[in-house]
Amino acid sequence: MNILKKALMVSATLTTIGPGFAGAEGTVEVLHWWTSGGEAKAVGELKDAFEAQDGTWIDSPIAGGGGDAAMTALRARVIAGNPPTAVQLKGPGIQEWAREGVLNSVDAVAQSENWDAVLPPVLADIMKYEGAYVAAPVNIHRVDWMWANPKALEAAGVTQMPTTWDEFNAAADKLMAVGIVPLAHGGQPWQDATVFEDVVLGIGGADLFRKALVELDQDALQSDMMIAAFDQLRKMRGYVDDNFSGRDWNLATGMVMRGEAGFQIMGDWAKGEFLAAGKVPGVDFLCAPTPGNGFVLNSDSFTFFQVEGEENIAGQQVLAGLIMSPEFQETFNLAKGSIPARTDVSLESFDACALRSHEDLLAAIENDALVPSMAHEMAIPRSIRGEFIDLVTNFFNSDMSSEEAVQSLAAAVARAQ
Amino acid sequence: MSRNNLGGIVQQKGTRHLMMRTLLFLTLGVFCLYYLIPLIVMIATSLKSLEEIRAGSLLSLPQDVTFDAWAKAWSSACVGVRCDGLKPFFWNSVAMVVPAVTISTILGALNGYALTKWRFPGADIIFALILFGAFIPFQVILLPMARTLGVLGLAGTIPGLVLVHVIYGLAFTTLFFRNFFIGVSSGIIQAAQIDGAGFFGIFFRIVLPMSLPAVVVTVIWQYTQICNDFLFGIAFTVGDSNPVTVALNNVVNTSTGVKEYNVDMAAAIIAALPTLAVYVIAGAYFVRGLSAGAVKG
Amino acid sequence: MAPRTHSTVPLGQKIELWLPRFVVSPLFALSLFFVYGFILWTVYISFTKSGVMPNYSFEGLSQYERLWATPRLYVALGNMFVFSALFIGISLAIGIFLAILLDQRVRIEGVIRTIYLYPMALSFIVTGTVWKWILNPGLGIQNFVRKAGFEEFTFDWLVNSDYAIYTIVIAAVWQSSGYAMALFLAGLRSVDDEILKAAAIDGAGSFRTYFSVVLPIMRPVFLSTVIILAHLAIKSFDLVIALTGGGPGYATAMPATFMYSFAFQRSELGVAAASAVMMLATVIAIVVPYLYSELRGTKQ
Repeated sequence: MNILKKALMVSATLTTIGPGFAGAEGTVEVLHWWTSGGEAKAVGELKDAFEAQDGTWIDSPIAGGGGDAAMTALRARVIAGNPPTAVQLKGPGIQEWAREGVLNSVDAVAQSENWDAVLPPVLADIMKYEGAYVAAPVNIHRVDWMWANPKALEAAGVTQMPTTWDEFNAAADKLMAVGIVPLAHGGQPWQDATVFEDVVLGIGGADLFRKALVELDQDALQSDMMIAAFDQLRKMRGYVDDNFSGRDWNLATGMVMRGEAGFQIMGDWAKGEFLAAGKVPGVDFLCAPTPGNGFVLNSDSFTFFQVEGEENIAGQQVLAGLIMSPEFQETFNLAKGSIPARTDVSLESFDACALRSHEDLLAAIENDALVPSMAHEMAIPRSIRGEFIDLVTNFFNSDMSSEEAVQSLAAAVARAQ
Repeated sequence: MSRNNLGGIVQQKGTRHLMMRTLLFLTLGVFCLYYLIPLIVMIATSLKSLEEIRAGSLLSLPQDVTFDAWAKAWSSACVGVRCDGLKPFFWNSVAMVVPAVTISTILGALNGYALTKWRFPGADIIFALILFGAFIPFQVILLPMARTLGVLGLAGTIPGLVLVHVIYGLAFTTLFFRNFFIGVSSGIIQAAQIDGAGFFGIFFRIVLPMSLPAVVVTVIWQYTQICNDFLFGIAFTVGDSNPVTVALNNVVNTSTGVKEYNVDMAAAIIAALPTLAVYVIAGAYFVRGLSAGAVKG
Repeated sequence: MAPRTHSTVPLGQKIELWLPRFVVSPLFALSLFFVYGFILWTVYISFTKSGVMPNYSFEGLSQYERLWATPRLYVALGNMFVFSALFIGISLAIGIFLAILLDQRVRIEGVIRTIYLYPMALSFIVTGTVWKWILNPGLGIQNFVRKAGFEEFTFDWLVNSDYAIYTIVIAAVWQSSGYAMALFLAGLRSVDDEILKAAAIDGAGSFRTYFSVVLPIMRPVFLSTVIILAHLAIKSFDLVIALTGGGPGYATAMPATFMYSFAFQRSELGVAAASAVMMLATVIAIVVPYLYSELRGTKQ
């Protein structure tokens, strides 16, 4: 055993562990999965702003599986008794952790800065546990976007972006007739679910979306409208090329870019891919919301875990304030390609698609048509979301009938509740 | 110690021999191709510009060769907010892998030796129980292990990670050595015992030197497993002490950002280089005749 | 501890006799705690209502009921059998074959051996992407052969629910068969020269020598290789995630991905623990009889 001990000690001295020192304005250790490219730069903005206030930032980036790896690490960290100060954690997941009693409130900051007045109410509710803010949102991503290649549409004689699914089907048939893949799609469960929820919004409007995908109402889940939604999804399966299975979303975006495909249905991060390739919105590619006159909301946020020590708590409060400051919301979202979570930030420097997103957001709040995304973990617990995704992806990849899909879905949801 | 006194068993002469040799190399060559094709694709991709990849030619050879992706992967790709590439994380991997491989290999050798050459009642059952540890899914031990490390005060440290790798490597190292030693003639050991050598004396002077092939496969296995481990790396280390695999994942994975395939490929090859070096160095000990010198007893 | 103590007093000899047990027992204790202790913990968790974090109040069989009502579980278990059988079988065959070929005094053995081994060194998170391209009908082999003039050629396993699992076998064999080769080569190299010479004098033909003389001696090496390959098969996670993501649909789900997704993606630790228990039980049912026969067989 001596050898073991010795080697452990040697390797301990070889490596510096954890924080070296603490700054005057507190310390934060941030666990996130924005680890590469533009996303990392966006987090870098937050770090710079925090360090500008003399804080110490310890970075714990863990990518993989759209945050699954980070969530794995988070559990290990909480169980071991050294949670990070702030974690990139979103949606109902915030409440799940809050119920375990492992979060810290930042309500003092939220009240003094009046977050309630500047956040969309749907989003504000997600950030709170028992009425107190435990998380702060950094952005809003819109999920119900449709991207198109204008040249491809022109070649097929499609003159405008569809505003109903019937129009979409008509346009898709035209594209198919001239040998262009109508819908660029990547066959990964979350992408299937993204298309599915946009279809539900277009078929049944925000009402059906909310009843079926948020409130999990059994009647709504088994309604004719849901069957119609699955019918439409089945149609769209026919508009996808044969090799879609497992394709990354950005490769699908590339198909639209090159004119191999007409449309892609994807959140506004797809815009980043177009812009990175030097394409101009409105000229080289078009953006329009998918049918339904709603707004499917996806938002990233940082959640504050129960840390001890004055420095850490101070750091937490400072970070919460920083995240919600208008300046940070602007610079961060310019880097990330989303729009600010605060609705009162000036959007002068943003592009046309982002402006459209912002306008629609305000309209949707007004008309009560703002819904949280099911596919992107904003609406329902992860356990139930898992059942949705399993079912939808299985439907998309088999010849299951819409009636059968609706029944299995309702049963699976009941089972997971 | 002459390595070529009996290189292969096949000893034939003439044209038939020539034909057989040609067939032999042909077969070996075909397999080389099977193993190499993905690497060729990776290298080709890493030498392309992102524009070229985006233009849709994923599997063709690069038109304009550029080493930018390699430079970026090594020293300027972003791994979280730090944009220094993979470079800073190599040291973490070394600090973890060297003690972990050394300790688990030595303990495995001792275990295997004690279980075969100094058989005591229940040795086989103990071996079977240790061996079953090879099948425990790492996902289920994550949380209790985290708690244990927390209690030991090793959470989030490299020594903690070393401990984890040693414990879960033990099943494999014991397996390799036990199965190697069981083939070693017990006559040598008995002769040494009569000469007055003890447990450790026999181990270090006789058994270990003749078990080089077993050491090689054990080190290759342990080194690869520990170096390529991701799950333990993310769960039991924090930020700056992450091993290079975690950093590689951070470079490669993006949820909603632009995917840089060329940098990904270069980074993956760079991250594999130390492991490849171990294969080459350790491979030199894949020789016949090591046991010959020791059988004299 | 030094060997010289033995000749002085009988006590020394006694210590020598007990030394093997002293060496093995602490390591055995470690695996009792860290393997069997943790398995017990998992079994207990499978009987609780644990969700996002472990919860220790006893709930009975409800997690198992949920587990058994999940269609994905049966896909995962079925895949485990198909995948393990093919992967272990093919890797063993290729491993032995290549090891014997490399044992024929090949001058550039070092280079070839490294080529066979290198796939294991690469992180599959990235190589998975490459395999995805190679196997994708629109980009890879199918496209290539069609362009070469064989218009009807079809190789679309990756996107076909019924065949996607075989593409995982292809990539897994690519990744690990080189190591099986290395294990066998190390085994071949440690076979006593005298035995080989004796066989050669007897005039046994080359392949007959291998199959009738050498391979039977290497039975323990087979055990090592099978255990290693089985371990890789059961735990194959990166492979599935990187190559198919478990798709199309969940056609290529495996126990490891099932467990991971329930434990860490869906925050259902209880169901994950129940699936782990089921998987361990399956492994015990297969591995224990095999180990038993092997260990009896190698007893001297």
